[in-house]
Amino acid sequence: MKIRFEGLTKRFPNRNKKIKDDVVAVDNFTFEIPDGKLIGLLGPSGCGKSTALNLICGLETATEGKIFFDEDDVTDLPAENRGVGMVFQSYALYPHLTVKKNIMFPLQNLKGEEKMTKQQMEEKALEAAKIVQIEELMERKPSEMSGGQQQRVAIARALVKMPRVLLLDEPLSNLDARLRIQTREEIKRIQNTTKITTIFVTHDQEEAMSISDMIVVMKLGKINQIGKPQEVYDNPVNLFVAKFLGTPPINVFDGVIKGGKLYIGDEEIMGQSYVKGVKDQEVTVGIRPEGFILVPNEKGELDGKKGVFTVNLQAIEVMGRDTSVVFGHEKSEGRLRAIVSSDNAIDADSKVVKFNLNPKKVFVFSKETEERLV
Amino acid sequence: MRKQNLKAWLYLLPALVFLGVFMVYPLVDVLIYSMEQGYNSASGISYGVGLYNYSYVLHDPYFLQAIKNTFIIVIITVPLSTALALLISLGLNSIKKLKDLFQTLFFLPYVTNTLAVGLVFMIMFKKTPYSEGFINLLLKLVGIAPIDFIEGPYWAKMFVMCFYTIWVVLPFKILILTSALASVDEVYYKAARIDGTSRFRQFTAITLPMISPMIFYLIITGFIGAFKAYSDEVAIFGTDLNSAGMNTIVGYVYDMLYGDSGGYPSYASAAALILFAIVFTITIINLLISKKTSIK
Repeated sequence: MKIRFEGLTKRFPNRNKKIKDDVVAVDNFTFEIPDGKLIGLLGPSGCGKSTALNLICGLETATEGKIFFDEDDVTDLPAENRGVGMVFQSYALYPHLTVKKNIMFPLQNLKGEEKMTKQQMEEKALEAAKIVQIEELMERKPSEMSGGQQQRVAIARALVKMPRVLLLDEPLSNLDARLRIQTREEIKRIQNTTKITTIFVTHDQEEAMSISDMIVVMKLGKINQIGKPQEVYDNPVNLFVAKFLGTPPINVFDGVIKGGKLYIGDEEIMGQSYVKGVKDQEVTVGIRPEGFILVPNEKGELDGKKGVFTVNLQAIEVMGRDTSVVFGHEKSEGRLRAIVSSDNAIDADSKVVKFNLNPKKVFVFSKETEERLV
Repeated sequence: MRKQNLKAWLYLLPALVFLGVFMVYPLVDVLIYSMEQGYNSASGISYGVGLYNYSYVLHDPYFLQAIKNTFIIVIITVPLSTALALLISLGLNSIKKLKDLFQTLFFLPYVTNTLAVGLVFMIMFKKTPYSEGFINLLLKLVGIAPIDFIEGPYWAKMFVMCFYTIWVVLPFKILILTSALASVDEVYYKAARIDGTSRFRQFTAITLPMISPMIFYLIITGFIGAFKAYSDEVAIFGTDLNSAGMNTIVGYVYDMLYGDSGGYPSYASAAALILFAIVFTITIINLLISKKTSIK
C-alpha cells in the first residue's frame, strides 16, 4: 500500500511557557512512500522522526495536512482503524503474558464479523510466529527471552493482524552490535516475505543505509532528502546530509572558489571544469574518506609523495582490507580520515602525505546556506 | 572459618539482643501466660497449667461479640476500601489538571489524627436531644426517619464503624495505587491502542495484572490492620466498647489487661494468641492466592 503525505505538520506547545513559539516536530511533509517497500526514516535524535511515526500510526493527531493510505484519507482515523502494526523501541511486550498470548492479544480485540475462535487465533499466532521463526518459544514469558527474541515476538505481534503498514521505532537500538546486524537482515527478510510497506525510524545511518529501499533524511522536523541510500550518499543535497551519512564521516574543509577554481589553502584541488558556473566565494568542501587517491611513483608504489592535496600525517591505522590514514589540515578541525588500499607504501614517519582526489567524492557547499553548490 | 563465624555473630549481636528482649521474650511470655490458669500478676501465683484460659475466652460472650465485630469490619472494609481506592486512583490517574491538588486532598485524612477524625464522625452521626446530627438532617431530606447511629441499633453502629474505617484507610491505599498506576509504562497502552484494545480490556488485561502485586500488598496489610482495629472504635464509641457492643479482639485484650474489669493477663494472652492465629492463617491464604494468580 502506498502512503502519501500532504503538507503534514505537527506542532507541540513549548514546554518552556515563556517561549510562545510552538515546537514544530514535523514540518510540512509532502511525499509518497511506494507500495511494499522498506523505508528508513533517518535523522539525529530530536529531529521529529518518532513523531512522524506516531502520526502515521495514529497515536498523535496532525496539526495540519493529510495522510493517505492508498486513496483513503486516514488523517482523522483513530489508531485501531488504520490497520497498522507497530513495534516499539522497548518492544512493549506484556510481561505477564506468554509469547503466544502476546501475539494473540490483538486478535482478541476483534469484534463482530471479524471475531475469531480460539483455534483460529492460535493458528494465526503460529503463522506469525513462523514468519519471525520463534514458533518453539510460544510458551515462554518475555523475561525468559533474549532481546533479539523479544524483538521478534514484538514483530510477530505487529504482523498477526496482517497490517497494511508495519512501523518500527528504533528497532535495533536495544540490541548489541552483533545482534543488530543479524536482526536488520531479519527485518529485511520479513519485509521481503510479507511485502508489507514498512517504515522504520533510526538515528543510525548505517542501519538505514544497509536495509532500506529508500531513506528519508530529516533534520529539525524538515525533510532534507529522500532517495535510494546510494543516491543520497553519492549526491547529498546539503552539508547536513553529507555529514550524517557515511562511516567514517565525511571530511570537511574550509575552501574558496577563485577564478572558477576550487582551492583548499593554497592548493588548487579542482579545476575549472569541476566548478563551472559557480561564482567566486568562500565555501565548505566535503571529501569522502574513499575520495582520496594515492598516485603511483616511477616504481609503481603508492607512497603518497605526489598529488594535488597535501595533508599532515598523524597516524596510519591498518584495518586488514583497507588502511585508514589519519591526518590533520590547517583548513579543518579535528582528525580527518582517508581510506586507501592496504597495499600502499606510505612511510609512517613522513610528515606529509599527498593525494589526488576523486571528483565524484568531493562536494562543495555554500558557506552561508550549507546547500550543495557542486 | 571459625573465627569468621564468631565475627559474624558479634556483628549480629546488637540486633539479636534487641529482637530477643523485645520480640522473642514477650512472645514466649505471652504463650506461658496463656497456659497458666488463674495467674495473678500482683502475687505471681497460678493454679495450674492447661488450655483453661482459651476455653474461658472462647466461651466469653464479650469475646465472641468482639470476634463477630472484627470479622464484619474486616470483611466489609478491606475489599470495599481497596476497590474504592482503585477507582479513585484510576480517576486521579486519568485527569491532568489539578491532579496534584486532588492527590493532596485525598491524602489529607492520612496525616490527620484518627481521634480527631473520629470526633468529627461522632458529631456528624450523633443524635442528641437538641440536634439530630448532620447525617440525620440529610436523611430527613430524602424522607428517612432519623436514626441514632452512635447509641442506636447494632447495624447503624456497624455502618458508622465501617464507614469510618474505610475513610481512615483510604488515603494510604490511594497513595500506593496511584504510584503503582503511574509506574505502568505508557508504551503498553500505546501498543494496546494500536491493536484496538477497548478501555475495559486495557484495564483488565494490562493494568490489573501489572499492579496486582501492589493490590495484594494492600489486601494483606489491610486484613492485618483491620484485624488489629481498636483505636478507631474508641474514637467513635468511647472506651466502654463492651457495653456499646462494638468491641474488637484487640479491644477485648486491652480490657482484660487494663479495663474496669481487667487484671487478667492470662485471658488477655489467650485472646491475643487466638488473634495471632487468625491473622496468620488469613495471611498465609492470601499469599498462596497471590502466588497462584501471579503464575497465571
